[in-house]
Amino acid sequence: MALNEDKKLYHVSSSPHVRASVTTQKIMTDVIIAMLPAAAFGVYRFGIHALIVVLATVAAAVISEYLYEYFMKRPITITDGSAVVTGMILALNMPPEIPVWMPMLGAVFAIVVVKQLYGGLGQNFMNPALAARCFLLISFSRAMTDFSASFPAGSADAVSGATPLAVLKAGGEASLSDLFFGNIAGTIGEVSVLMLLIGAAYLLIRGVISIRIPAVYIATVAVFMGLFGGRGFDLYYVACEICAGGLIFGAFFMATDYVTTPITPLGQILFGVFIGILTGVFRVFGASAEGVSYAIIIGNIVAPLIERATVPTPFGKGRYAEITKKLMHENSERGGK
Amino acid sequence: MKNKYFERIYNGIIKENPTFVIMLGMCPTLATTTSATNGFGMGIATTAVLIFSNLLIAALRNIIPDKVRIPAYIVVIASLVTIVELLMQAYVRPLYNTLGIYIPLIVVNCIIMGRAEAYAAKHPALLSACDGIGMGLGFTCALTIIGFCRELIGSGSVFGYQIIPDDFHVGIFIMAPGAFLVLACLTAIQNKLKAPSATNLTKEEKAKKKLAGEPAGCTGECGSCMLHAEEIVDKKIELKKADCQKLETARNEEGGNR
Repeated sequence: MALNEDKKLYHVSSSPHVRASVTTQKIMTDVIIAMLPAAAFGVYRFGIHALIVVLATVAAAVISEYLYEYFMKRPITITDGSAVVTGMILALNMPPEIPVWMPMLGAVFAIVVVKQLYGGLGQNFMNPALAARCFLLISFSRAMTDFSASFPAGSADAVSGATPLAVLKAGGEASLSDLFFGNIAGTIGEVSVLMLLIGAAYLLIRGVISIRIPAVYIATVAVFMGLFGGRGFDLYYVACEICAGGLIFGAFFMATDYVTTPITPLGQILFGVFIGILTGVFRVFGASAEGVSYAIIIGNIVAPLIERATVPTPFGKGRYAEITKKLMHENSERGGK
Repeated sequence: MKNKYFERIYNGIIKENPTFVIMLGMCPTLATTTSATNGFGMGIATTAVLIFSNLLIAALRNIIPDKVRIPAYIVVIASLVTIVELLMQAYVRPLYNTLGIYIPLIVVNCIIMGRAEAYAAKHPALLSACDGIGMGLGFTCALTIIGFCRELIGSGSVFGYQIIPDDFHVGIFIMAPGAFLVLACLTAIQNKLKAPSATNLTKEEKAKKKLAGEPAGCTGECGSCMLHAEEIVDKKIELKKADCQKLETARNEEGGNR
């Protein structure tokens, strides 16, 4: 017995010796749990079709990942949950009455073209779910912007079917409480700010995401809408702009993707400002009412540049260290003379 | 291939297909293939220019001074493109309107300049014309296939006849991203099927080249190529060593003379 313990003590291995228990699987599970309240609310609000959309999209994502890896003779990675997350984000970005095959096609595009062709998880240059959303938005613009069925049949709002963002853009008013609790037209996952914030709080407490990108992103959009929204710093209007559309969902669940956003602290702040300004530009000056997804994927593309420009200086290196070194060197030379 | 003229045509269509193998003329390939008809029209227009430019440049190859050959080629090609453009304007007006700026842009098509410089400038006229036919047909086939795929998926029709209902069109395929997706997929299929081409040798050809000590050319199999690359590097090192020895002996001799 004692001998065995000795053996354990003298076990030699290379670093790292202390390992965190964080794995891809755990992070993805946390993200899935965080999205569940919003998904559940979407199903409650829009009915059984929304559930079918979510399940079918997730299934399409997982199966296409499995088939691609099987045929390309790569290790099968469907158990790490990243395909489930991609499918779920994509499904929550869909209008509730979309024909089921469209998000399924989008899921296949996301997994095969955007993720696997570039080398799988960790190699994709933009968020697969968002790329697929834009793919669908360009391909099926009518079905993707049709929110007329967002209200239960017979309700008074069923006639107009415009999203609050479109109403705001047209100069109308939106109700902040409706926006907050999800009593509006929109995609399956984005409607209830409350449910999204519950999920976001869970992610923040678990340490899966940092507050940096979402906070900077939302603040930038708020300032931008105040400056250029055309209604001044009307607090109610700015709050409506924040709660409407996919901003909250995008900020907490899509702009915090590890793979496609900067990892340096300053880079994350710059990234938040950049996509915030883009979102504002698309919302105010663009043709369509919403611009979160395009803003984030453009941000994904410049993320490597932002990272390269914001590499932190290690302690003892950099400009000031060089200057001090130079001064010390000069001093010692003088002393020598 | 029995006949060298047919060999040129086969070479252009399959072995050195300008679009899928040597990747030339990407601008018209991506921009004008929104439908099979447009792709086919663009291909035929380019083919017409290519045949006659190859023929004329090969015929004039001994007259054109070497130093001003590029401007001379451009003059020949531009005149031919003007003729084609005017003919299209007169007889196929709808196609002329859809292709628009891409017809005058045939002047700067890499395939035409490339074939003039690489083939027509060194070979007899008739053979060059056959090369033009081959390359042109290869280009036309490629553009028609790309256009066919994009039209079928993007607007649900084949040569203008609708066969898929409106609700099932994937509109992105008739826009710019679709061109890249379809081109990439078709090139990948071409690579996978290993259609014999200049960059895609058969096993026998590879063995032959290996015996002769030549690099096998890129076969797309980087793993096996690296093995071969090591051999080449070894040979180069040996040569370098021999060179160094020569230099040393030369220096020694010089030293002796002094």
